[in-house]
Amino acid sequence: MKALSQKRRHPLAAIALLLMGLLLTGGLYAVATTVNEAKASTAEFTATDTQEGEKLFEANCATCHGMGASGTQDGPSLVGVGAAAVDFQVGTGRMPMQMNGPQAYKKPAQFNDTQTHQLAAYVASLGPGPAIPAEELLDEKGNAAEGGELFRVNCAMCHNAAAAGGALTRGKFAPALADVSGKHIYEAMVTGPQNMPVFNDSNISPEGKRDIITFLKQIEANGSPGGADLGALGPVSEGLFVWIAGLGVIIAFTIWLTSRTS
Amino acid sequence: MSAASTAEAPAYVANTKVGRFTDFVDERVGGSGILREFGRKVFPDHWSFMFGEVALYSFVILLMSGTFLTFFFDPSMAETHYAGSYTPLKNVEMSVAYSSSLDISFDVRGGLFMRQVHHWAALLFVASVAVHMLRVFFTGAFRKPREMNWVVGGVLLILAMAAGFTGYSLPDDLLSGNGLRIIDGVIKSIPVIGTYISFFLFGGEFPGTVIISRLYTLHILLVPALILLMIVVHLFMVVVHKHTQYPGPGRNDRNVVGYPLGPVYAAKAGGFFFIVFGVIALMAGFFTINPIWNYGPYDPSPVSAGTQPDWYIGWVDGALRLMPGVISGFHFEYIIFGHVLTLNVLLPALVPAGLVFTVLFTYPWIERWITKDNREHHVLDRPRNAPTRTAIGMAGFTFYCVMWAAASSDLIATHFHVALNDVTYWLRALFFIGPVIAFVVTKRVALALQRKDREIALHGRETGRIVRLPHGEFIEVHAPLDEYKRYKLVGFESLAPLPAQPNEHGVVTRKENRRAKLSRWFFEDRVAPATPAELEAGHGHHEAVEAGEGQKTLSH
Repeated sequence: MKALSQKRRHPLAAIALLLMGLLLTGGLYAVATTVNEAKASTAEFTATDTQEGEKLFEANCATCHGMGASGTQDGPSLVGVGAAAVDFQVGTGRMPMQMNGPQAYKKPAQFNDTQTHQLAAYVASLGPGPAIPAEELLDEKGNAAEGGELFRVNCAMCHNAAAAGGALTRGKFAPALADVSGKHIYEAMVTGPQNMPVFNDSNISPEGKRDIITFLKQIEANGSPGGADLGALGPVSEGLFVWIAGLGVIIAFTIWLTSRTS
Repeated sequence: MSAASTAEAPAYVANTKVGRFTDFVDERVGGSGILREFGRKVFPDHWSFMFGEVALYSFVILLMSGTFLTFFFDPSMAETHYAGSYTPLKNVEMSVAYSSSLDISFDVRGGLFMRQVHHWAALLFVASVAVHMLRVFFTGAFRKPREMNWVVGGVLLILAMAAGFTGYSLPDDLLSGNGLRIIDGVIKSIPVIGTYISFFLFGGEFPGTVIISRLYTLHILLVPALILLMIVVHLFMVVVHKHTQYPGPGRNDRNVVGYPLGPVYAAKAGGFFFIVFGVIALMAGFFTINPIWNYGPYDPSPVSAGTQPDWYIGWVDGALRLMPGVISGFHFEYIIFGHVLTLNVLLPALVPAGLVFTVLFTYPWIERWITKDNREHHVLDRPRNAPTRTAIGMAGFTFYCVMWAAASSDLIATHFHVALNDVTYWLRALFFIGPVIAFVVTKRVALALQRKDREIALHGRETGRIVRLPHGEFIEVHAPLDEYKRYKLVGFESLAPLPAQPNEHGVVTRKENRRAKLSRWFFEDRVAPATPAELEAGHGHHEAVEAGEGQKTLSH
């Protein structure tokens, strides 16, 4: 102890102290962030998956994302995005991108499930990232009411309270969530594709995510108790409907009533 | 008949039981006199005259369905946990108002249907009021002696919007709560008194615990009572003024050509009520409206994307959406003596609506002042025969529609795959130039139609039959119009600019000069109807051809 205190005026003491501080904060940060991350369980991927995935990646993705997925001017690096991001982007057809634009559109998937799995294996092998969610989180048996509250607080401002989607700035948009699989909804929450923020596990717990998926699937299954939902777009489609269909039919009747049988 | 017989022939006894009973009642209330007077009231027949009826019937349907809803609705903002049958909201904390609205939707037999009847009828009510007003404006039916009834109609439009808005907020769902928050913001942007009004209205800081029950009182008591009062005044004036009629042979400002109310017209009108009811019932049965269960209970923290008001408030919401916060470094928000003046909320919320309603209410007097026309008008103008008025109307309509469209700017962006920002920029431009374009185009179209009418009146209708004359000339055969059709094309009044006139002191005042300028602007572009002399000349031309060809119908 005395030796240490004697060296406190040593010319390198300040540097040593700085180093120790940096190591401590860096280490704590690394621990904290990995705690919040859904970890990639590379266990389910075989070495062949990874190898096949690399081949597919080099043929289809490397033009923009670069060899080794290290990123180019046209596309970001994919190191550490995790298997979930690949499964979402490729599985919904958003990647490979059809064209440059404010946002990638959903389209028929270009790769089949095996190829998507192989691509995910390859990208997951590059660095730890969010994994494809486990089946028990997607069983749609959570609490729909809690999920609804989480949805209204966290998601409705972009996706609309009825999950009908909404506009963002400059051509970007939040898509409607009907017909989106629970797995893709979960992956979107943990990876934050396009303009979506990441909802990590400390923000919305895996159980909360399960509740949200339950809620979305339940309102989808419930359908529209009041008749045709007119796109679930709220007062705009209702107004259009009353002006065009409602008044249109009434005008037809007024013409009939006032016509003469001359 | 029996009413008249009471004095002279008290011994009159009807033959049947029903007759005796009717006579008993009639002797005491004098119904037959009233019936005779009203039964003979003549109404002209035209489909465009029926929108007022649609509005009236929608209102009756609103009263009936609304009464049903009051049996089950509880306007309390007390907190409760939902225990009804809609599982996605099970045990969610919400107000009693929202919970009872959900109960009406899911647990009261026929409740959802009645809710949807009420809401669709409300949308149709305001829409038919609006179309009715457009018809009245574009046909010049607001002219003397109906100026005051036009104002009553304008008040009814505002009351209809008020009824709609207060009702829209009652379920206390997220969507309507977002709308209420916008109203709160607008109220608070009023300088000096805004915050006080907001606190009085909401009984404290937004959202408070009283607003729903206050809106409820307004919605089921005050506003409908005022609407009913105004409807009575409106219809009373219709009876006093008699109905207007479209121009036609034998129709003038001293008569009304049409059918008597009883029995045919009364039967038609009564049947029409059931048609309107049927259309609303079909809409309510097959198309969902305001699915409050989708929106969730109101909570000031979440704001849903795609939040819009019902269509009739949309234009004010659109104006708010169009207003820029900052224009190239110029800010609209000031702090004066510690008070915030937020013009970018105050201006769009109050100025366009103020402008539209001021012009709407004063227009009959503006036109009256310009034309110095103090005569009674019971024959309507065809819109084309008043080009400047029609153009002004279309400019106003376009102004309204741009704001209306702006209220759905986000849906335009997502559904047509365009950028929200671009939609806003275009609509901002259209906000200013749209009415001007509409004015010019409408006026030109109206004048062109008038020229076409004149042409047809003078030369007849083109038949599309091409005839080659013996000397080789080709002519198209024109069929002359019959007298009735021609009357419609020539029997209108075409006002000319009225130059400035000196007053009783022989002075042309500055105001009179301004009026003369406006009169010139109003009437300088005019296509006069074909005069009898011109028609005669036109016929002379026909006859020359006819004489030459020996064919009676030929003309060109």
